[in-house]
Amino acid sequence: MLGLNKKDFRLLMIVLGLTMLAPFILNPFPSSSGLAQFNAGYPDLMQRFVIFGIFAIGFNILFGLTGYLSFGHAAFLGVGSYGAMWMMKLFSLNVIPAIIMGVIVAGIFAVAVGYVSLRRSGIYFSILTLAFAQMSYALAYSVLTPITGGETGLQIKSTDSPLLSNLAEGEIGRANLFGMDMRASYEMAVGDWLFTFNAGYYIAAVFMLISFYLAIRIFRSPFGTMLRAVKSNQTRMYYTGLNARPYTLAAFVISGMYAGLAGGLLVAMDTQVGPERMFWTASGEVVLMTILGGAGTLIGPVLGAGAIKYMENILSKINKDILHQWFAFLPDGLEDFIITLVYPFIGKGWHLTLGLIFMAVVIFLPGGLVEGGQRIKRLFSRKKKPGDDEADKASQSTPAE
Amino acid sequence: MGILEVKDVNKRFGGLQALGDVNLSVEDQSVHAIIGPNGAGKSTLLNVLVGKLIPDTGSVMFDGQSVLGRKPYEINQMGISRVFQTPEIFGDLTVMENMMIPIFAKRDGAFRMHAIESMAKEKAIIEQATEMLENLNLADDRDMHAAAMSRGNKRRLEIGMCLAQEPRLLLLDEPTAGMARADTNATIDLLKQIKDERDITIAIIEHDMHVVFSLAERITVLAQGTPLVEDTPDNIKGHPKVREAYLGESA
Repeated sequence: MLGLNKKDFRLLMIVLGLTMLAPFILNPFPSSSGLAQFNAGYPDLMQRFVIFGIFAIGFNILFGLTGYLSFGHAAFLGVGSYGAMWMMKLFSLNVIPAIIMGVIVAGIFAVAVGYVSLRRSGIYFSILTLAFAQMSYALAYSVLTPITGGETGLQIKSTDSPLLSNLAEGEIGRANLFGMDMRASYEMAVGDWLFTFNAGYYIAAVFMLISFYLAIRIFRSPFGTMLRAVKSNQTRMYYTGLNARPYTLAAFVISGMYAGLAGGLLVAMDTQVGPERMFWTASGEVVLMTILGGAGTLIGPVLGAGAIKYMENILSKINKDILHQWFAFLPDGLEDFIITLVYPFIGKGWHLTLGLIFMAVVIFLPGGLVEGGQRIKRLFSRKKKPGDDEADKASQSTPAE
Repeated sequence: MGILEVKDVNKRFGGLQALGDVNLSVEDQSVHAIIGPNGAGKSTLLNVLVGKLIPDTGSVMFDGQSVLGRKPYEINQMGISRVFQTPEIFGDLTVMENMMIPIFAKRDGAFRMHAIESMAKEKAIIEQATEMLENLNLADDRDMHAAAMSRGNKRRLEIGMCLAQEPRLLLLDEPTAGMARADTNATIDLLKQIKDERDITIAIIEHDMHVVFSLAERITVLAQGTPLVEDTPDNIKGHPKVREAYLGESA
């Protein structure tokens, strides 16, 4: 189906199901329960899941296939955002031209950065990309202020009057898709649950599915095989009549365009951009996402992006009051002791939890979360006896590569 | 005129004259061995032939065209394939993928952006690669990671990958170095079979005299970067200068 083999098609369908039903899946706890804290089914976070999923899928095409570790990919995300933002300010508030512009601008920038950086490999390549990204960040912050808005970044203002819109004097434009507001939501209350279906999320999700589908096609193509050959043995490649440079450059530009798409979508969702989007920590984050989920696997980067964004937004919101609520059943002295122990790992300390999880994954599961899923699956299939339905179901629900 | 003509090639590394006035002519469709003691310049010469090193002076012509200044992949596309001392294969890829890549390189050239087509739909290439693997007795390992194969099988695969490109000249750099006798003999048999079945020229650098004398039709002896003699195996065996420089008195 769709030019995919059975296994890949099934994976695509699973991802399709998960993204379309995300408002339900991410909201498992009724809003009155203490666990409602862990619900992630609100539009802003769901949008981030899929947008950073796109970013990580693209990064994985470069890092997972060719092994070239770019440490400056956030630059393409940022450049794509600025491109999309200007398209909205000047041309149309429709998100489609903005997103296309984001992809094009990031692609052109990636050609330039890749052409220079890919002259070196290994750590030198990483440092070159990092240098480019930090230069972009510094330029956006200072010299390029007329274009980037400097520290305050760019927003849509009441003075903006895009070419293809008929805004009333002083009206602040809103991002839309042929008239449909990105912030439009349909809320469904079922008992104690409130499910939110957000237009922006579904548009981003459709882009994510297309990106994911294209990534599968690239992975399974002769081109994808050549990229893995680059990672495996460049010497053999050159002595087999193949020029590795254009292959790596093509992979670099494709992944840069994925980042530009993610950047454009970010702007489409919240119509603002600032230089911090290009800061090196943002580049590091996508590296973490890809490795945490499983570099070189199809679904890994999406899982990694989800896991990190979930922790960033959920773990960081837990504060001392919530901990007191949770541990209220304990005797006073013990309660305080437990809270003192747990406190550094939540709220602003969520990075500590992320760091520990990341270390554990790298040491014990070098293949990332995907490898974890495969191990669980193997565990169950080994224990499985004929006719044992429960084990069968459990193994099916683990993520397949 | 041979298919490969090396004329007056010199190469210095600092104070070391690695190659001095090397002249070499390899007959079309012959097996030509280059032997010599350690440090005689065999590897340097090979690296010049494949474009990894550029000589200070001299010319290298392959089939009437100069190879100097061309990149390794361009020289490969001209019809020169190289087998390395330690097998260079794509260890992370399956044996089948290893075999398909050179066939892609032959069909599509140095770069082609076939990013949306499916590997599984390349029927002609799959068929050709399967046939190659069957000829090499590697068909059972087709889905194995190439890195997991035995040393001897890696060597077979590498030679097979080079042959899949249908080169005019096959360069082998000590193809049996570090191999057990059984693997060495298997490699000799494979090379003999290749020589009989194909219109191909083979140039081989080798330490193992057993390999050299079982395969070569012509032998060039290098010593201190300069060809000492070039002759048939029988004459080389008895040549006093060669005994002195290389084989040692006892040989």
